[in-house]
Amino acid sequence: MSLPISITVAQKAGPKLTATALGVVLTVLVALPLLHLLPADSAMYVSAYTLTLIGKILCYCIVALALDLVWGYAGLLSLGHGLFFALGGYAMGMYLIRQSAGDGLPAFMSFLAWTELPWYWYGTSSFLWAMCLVVLAPGLLALVFGFFAFRSRIKGVYFSIMTQALTFAGMLLFFRNETGFGGNNGFTGFTRILGFDITAAGTRAVLFLATVALLVGSLYLGFKLARSKFGRVLTALRDAENRLMFCGYDPRGYKLFIWVLSAVLCGLAGALYVPQVGIINPSEMSPTNSIEAAVWVALGGRGSLIGPLLGAGLVNGMKSWFTVAFPEYWLFALGFLFIVVTLFLPKGVIGLLRRKSS
Amino acid sequence: MRATPLPEFMLEPAFDPAGSSRDAIGASAVAAQGLNIRHGTILTLEEINVSFDGFKALTDLCLYIGVGELRCIIGPNGAGKTTMMDVITGKTRPDSGVAYFGETLDLTRMSEVEIAQAGIGRKFQKPTVFEALSVFENLELAQKTSKTVWASLRAKLSGEQKDRIDEVLQTIKLDASRQRPAGLLSHGQKQFLEIGMLLVQDPQLLLLDEPVAGMTDAETEFTAELFKSLARKHSLMVVEHDMGFVGSIADHVTVLHQGSVLAEGSLAQVQANERVIEVYLGR
Repeated sequence: MSLPISITVAQKAGPKLTATALGVVLTVLVALPLLHLLPADSAMYVSAYTLTLIGKILCYCIVALALDLVWGYAGLLSLGHGLFFALGGYAMGMYLIRQSAGDGLPAFMSFLAWTELPWYWYGTSSFLWAMCLVVLAPGLLALVFGFFAFRSRIKGVYFSIMTQALTFAGMLLFFRNETGFGGNNGFTGFTRILGFDITAAGTRAVLFLATVALLVGSLYLGFKLARSKFGRVLTALRDAENRLMFCGYDPRGYKLFIWVLSAVLCGLAGALYVPQVGIINPSEMSPTNSIEAAVWVALGGRGSLIGPLLGAGLVNGMKSWFTVAFPEYWLFALGFLFIVVTLFLPKGVIGLLRRKSS
Repeated sequence: MRATPLPEFMLEPAFDPAGSSRDAIGASAVAAQGLNIRHGTILTLEEINVSFDGFKALTDLCLYIGVGELRCIIGPNGAGKTTMMDVITGKTRPDSGVAYFGETLDLTRMSEVEIAQAGIGRKFQKPTVFEALSVFENLELAQKTSKTVWASLRAKLSGEQKDRIDEVLQTIKLDASRQRPAGLLSHGQKQFLEIGMLLVQDPQLLLLDEPVAGMTDAETEFTAELFKSLARKHSLMVVEHDMGFVGSIADHVTVLHQGSVLAEGSLAQVQANERVIEVYLGR
């Protein structure tokens, strides 16, 4: 009966069609890493390049979904989600680089003539603690930032600008060698994860499957949230915050919950991105990255759950094709795409699909 | 005191709280257990002053609303009607003055959310509903229940709550549109939806800012009946320009002018008051 505006393509295009489409996509995503395990001369073999590329795009899809939860539902446009993504990535990177360094110091620290690890590196050789950091670093930062921002009732464009400033500040901080995260080179040259060779086909396949699992999990969580009363309160908050307050709801708690959840999802996506791509550096925190994430969501259609995934997939798919075929024209293409969507597809690609099907 | 003679300020509450109205309050009393209405006054405003950049929106405003009373507030534009509602609901803090809900709740120290939870509901001048949500969902969100994040995450409508929403949908005649997005409703329907949201919220004091603006005559008449049936169980404060409507519902009328009370009494008394005539008909 009562559905929030979040109705996914499912409700409009006929549940059967969507279920089939989702099933096919999921089957392909599960099959890809398995095909990567085949011998390299096999006809069905999926190359490491393809697998890594798609794995990377899936991580971006999770970011898009996380951003959509705060922007599409709660109306908070964050232009700093790249920061949370990078923090998760760095937490994972700390573990990976210590795995590679064995008992010694990571190479970049030796270059700086440091003799011991800074205190915040304590325990990062443990995978479990690194996983805790993946959640805690973006989560706590989002909690503190959100607490003060929402308490001061910062909204709209002011909120966007502050998140943008936050990620920019993060980038400048991580660029410094003294911060202890490898300066502008960041971390790279990972060799092992949990004792396994990070470039082995099996490891890649598992990492890819973990990404698919996280994406499916996030999608399920988003769906559950959107259909709960909580999701409807968020929508109400986006459209008429004052009215909601006079109904007796305190918007701060609601905003904070979804904001922190979104940041943690980004952090997890970042943690899966780093071992697959093999590098993390401060440019991940650059404001343009976060803005690009907003473009994915806008293009796919915000306020729906499938839309942002389509957006992230489309833009990044095109990006990897363009940057190979016509490298110098990619930014023009992106700008053109954004203009077209703004002018002709206010509800994004998903809006177009819905219109077609109804 | 000010120009108006004292007895007119101290209106007797329309209902004796120690008598039958105790029971009539029924469910509302459960929600606001802390609300002490021993003296029969649900809202007390004394010597309220509000100024914006030197402009005095409210000047020594004194107003008392009795339990179960239906009070109409009239006054020319800029008389401070909306500002007064803002003070009561915590949206605006007075520079000085006393504002109590019941005998004990100091409204000047409470947040908007706390005030709403304590049992004051408000309808805005411009109908404000959650446009992306359906009519049913609008009522669901407004309904009186725990409104914390946890509660919303786990919330599931009980049969009783559903029945209550259905009942209100019937009352506001929106049963047929229950699944329509509220943004698609007509102006009058939005007004009714917002009134419905107040009904399910079940506040003890309802503040209604121009509730019949944009309604047809039939709708206005219906609203009048609805409000009359609400008084007794709830206390109502209605700001309205439509004198016909005011005449059909009001026990008592308060005239505001330049941020303070100009006259108080029945509509006939107020309309006969020379100062009121002067203000309304111009000098």
